Amino acid sequence: MTSSARLWHYLTRYVDNFLLVGLLLLMLVGLLVLYSATDANLSRVSNQLINMLVALAIMWLVANIPLQHIMRLAVPLYMIGLILLIGVALFGEIQNGARRWLNIGVTRIQPSELMKLAVPLMMAWYFDKHEVTLRLRDYAVATLLLILPLLLILRQPDLGTTLLIASSGFYVLFLAGLSWRIIAGLLIVGLGSLPVLWAMLHDYQRRRVMTLFDPTQDPLGAGYHTIQSTIAVGSGGLIGKGWQQGTQTHLDFLPEKSTDFIFAVFSEEFGLVGNAALLLLYLVVIGRGMMITANASTQFTRLVAGSITLTFFTYIFVNIGMVVGILPVVGVPLPLISYGGTSMVTMLLGFGILMSIETHPKLVKT
Amino acid sequence: MRRSAELRNHGRELHHFQRRLAVSVGFVTLLFCLLFARFFYLQVSQRDHYHTLAEANRISISPVVPNRGLIFDRHGEVLAHNYSAYTLEIMPSKVTNLEATINELASVVEVSGRDRKRFKKLLGESRKFESLPIRTRLSDVEVARFAANRYRFPGVEIKARLFRQYPKGEGASHVVGYISRINTQDLKLLETSGDFANYRGSDYIGKIGIEQSYEKELHGITGSEEVETDAAGRAVRVMSRNPPISGNNLKLSLDAKLQEVAEQAFGERRGALVAIDPTSGDVLAFVSKPGFDPNLFVDGIDSENWDLLNNSIDKPLNNRALRGLYPPGSTFKPFMALAGLELKRRTPQYTISDAGFFSLPGTRHRYRDWKEGGHGSVDLHKSLVISCDTYYYGLANDLGIDKIFSFISQFGLGKLTGIDIDGEVSGLLPSQEWKMKRHQQKWYAGDTISVGIGQGYNLTTPLQLAFATAILASNGTAFRPHLVKQVTSSKTGEIRNIVTEPLYTLNLNPDNMAHVHKALVDVTRPGGTAARAGAGASYSFAGKTGTSQVIGMKQGEKYVESKVNERHRDHALFIAYAPAEKAKIALAVLVENGGHGGSAAAPIARLVLDYFLLGKLPAGAALETGDDGEGVHD
Repeated sequence: MTSSARLWHYLTRYVDNFLLVGLLLLMLVGLLVLYSATDANLSRVSNQLINMLVALAIMWLVANIPLQHIMRLAVPLYMIGLILLIGVALFGEIQNGARRWLNIGVTRIQPSELMKLAVPLMMAWYFDKHEVTLRLRDYAVATLLLILPLLLILRQPDLGTTLLIASSGFYVLFLAGLSWRIIAGLLIVGLGSLPVLWAMLHDYQRRRVMTLFDPTQDPLGAGYHTIQSTIAVGSGGLIGKGWQQGTQTHLDFLPEKSTDFIFAVFSEEFGLVGNAALLLLYLVVIGRGMMITANASTQFTRLVAGSITLTFFTYIFVNIGMVVGILPVVGVPLPLISYGGTSMVTMLLGFGILMSIETHPKLVKT
Repeated sequence: MRRSAELRNHGRELHHFQRRLAVSVGFVTLLFCLLFARFFYLQVSQRDHYHTLAEANRISISPVVPNRGLIFDRHGEVLAHNYSAYTLEIMPSKVTNLEATINELASVVEVSGRDRKRFKKLLGESRKFESLPIRTRLSDVEVARFAANRYRFPGVEIKARLFRQYPKGEGASHVVGYISRINTQDLKLLETSGDFANYRGSDYIGKIGIEQSYEKELHGITGSEEVETDAAGRAVRVMSRNPPISGNNLKLSLDAKLQEVAEQAFGERRGALVAIDPTSGDVLAFVSKPGFDPNLFVDGIDSENWDLLNNSIDKPLNNRALRGLYPPGSTFKPFMALAGLELKRRTPQYTISDAGFFSLPGTRHRYRDWKEGGHGSVDLHKSLVISCDTYYYGLANDLGIDKIFSFISQFGLGKLTGIDIDGEVSGLLPSQEWKMKRHQQKWYAGDTISVGIGQGYNLTTPLQLAFATAILASNGTAFRPHLVKQVTSSKTGEIRNIVTEPLYTLNLNPDNMAHVHKALVDVTRPGGTAARAGAGASYSFAGKTGTSQVIGMKQGEKYVESKVNERHRDHALFIAYAPAEKAKIALAVLVENGGHGGSAAAPIARLVLDYFLLGKLPAGAALETGDDGEGVHD
């Protein structure tokens, strides 16, 4: 083996090529749409490119960590995350009316972001430990592990993150075999507690929900985002207005067009055909994630891989659903396409774990 | 055993998990299908609807205001033009705290107290959602400074606009008038006249003078633009354009230089002068002193200047030539003389013996002549040259009010002349019918006597007097007096004359006319009441002096000019035309409280005639020469 071939082998040993190609294609689409959404602002685009490269590097690092190590990290990560969340509640900095950030001297961090992975890891770890004798009590404990950070994050308030962590935790419970009867029961309890939840919501959150049902109620306020993004998507038609030709985008009718509403830009310029292609591309990545999940050898890896994959899907569905006006406006980015470093890193960290699960020698329980 | 159970358990668990995973795949697929269905609904079924919405978002139709027509004098000198300049405008509806915004603006561009007052006044009169100028004529430096600070001022914008300017300032201000911002009252008028659509986007409208009466010609036809706008309402680019049609240019019959000579001849005195070309009805000069600076009104006048103009006892905003009513005094006599001749109540040779007063037969009331002791023997010629009152008392009595009225009204007195600016008042030539209607009183013989010398109920505007003089000068041909000579269509370049045909021609005996002309020429010659003003004239200068009383004198009381309050002194009048045998110009001069017509009004007429007929500038006159074509838009 030549040294370059050895290097190549060393670099790609723990990388899942199929997944990598899918992710890179999505990122490429992301850069193209961002270029249009920012009105050809190359500095924003190159910033995003740097975000991607950093996130890819982190993904590669994580992919190289064997699963046992990751599993060992689950409890400390969760504990640290929980402590930081309490720290936020006590000493957090307020920005845009929400207490999400914690200043730890060197920099500011958003502990809820850490919990997006720490919670499913912790829950999967717990189920793995009690694999042999799973009882109702175990599901209750796992649920408690989920609810504790959720309450803290909901208080910040951060509806988007709460939703994502809740779903990632629910996926773990669901894949761990939570009985359908309990799921149905939970659903009923959930619906029953809606009025209570409604009372807990902040005014702006309530407005978001209200305007979902009728965006025209507040066309220049809370409804403005949805109305303009729906117009952008609808006016894109079958094949779109062409790259960089979206009028809603380029005449600034679209709000948040490079971040949460970037799908409207894509949809306006590439139409139904582009949307279908993008959904297909996402489906390929999700499908690969499902395959990795199916092939995973331990309870922990199965649950983690499944939860990561389904959470990735949740991001996509919630974001696009919001842009096309079937879900309320919540701050959820479109994975790998929305501008922003944090979500890019979180996302690819997850895919790093998936790759690690797929490429490291599988442990068979003996 | 335990191991196998565990294995079996493990297998079952794996099976269980894979079922759950399959459910998940189904869940994902289902929701993606839901998304796709929504895409299909939005992008295929409802595509046209959203396309329309997107187009409505980005395209707005905005009016393009036409350039207002220019106003020139008869020789092409500019009297009203447009220039482009930057204004700083505030949309009050988009600003929460106007006061604070203006204070902050003042730190970037100069905003004077006068600007603030003007803005406040505009605000009170403005239409909703209108953008109002806080500052006009910004310098390049100020434009740059504001542009750098623009982010601090939402609702405040710099706009390039065309401004109206009147280069002559006070000169001819009562003729040209001014435009000013459209107010709610104008809007109502536009709505009823059906011109509202054409004023979409227009901020200005003519308020008085020619700017008002020729508003339809000057305004032009508003165009439109399809403009692509961004979310902030800023125009990004023009998609299509239906260009506006500029307003038509007006060429006045007014001679700006003559006007200037006349205005300067008044000096600080109040009064009016109207000069008409008797062969066409062209108004050559139209002076009302004092004037005002129409430029003050264009962007809304501030309250300080407004009070100054409005409350001045000199009433500079009052158009005296058009609306001032004065007894014609002795300038009425030539018309009386002609009536006497034409109606065969007098012959040129008929002579009276003037003892200084006239009494109606069988009464003792004395109608006094202005000269104590009278003028001795007076015929028609002398009666005009020395302005004998007694002669006309008798003549009036002989003619009777009905004949006076019907004959003299042919000269346009007591009626609107129909001049082409608004606001003219009709004056008064009394008649039996009028007195009955107005005062429910019958006409007394005594009433006729004072009418004969242009007093009594007689009231005329300087314009009417000039019109009557023009008819006299042209031996009976009446042209409607007009300030605008030609309208040039900006679209076709076609030139249209306002007046081409005479209104009517009186059938007057040339011999009678010759007698009157000769007498009026002698008025300005040695022995005449205007001899001093006529001295050395190289053309035949026909004129008639007049003095009209401001306060009545009691029987036996004597008027002493020096003892009377300045504002109660007599008005000085003078009518003139020249050259008498074929008049090119006829005019009427009025000097308020000027005293005697011969000394106060006739010299002004002389200066005007000298300039018009000989091109001679008055001594010491410094007239502006040449026009500054700078920044003229058409």
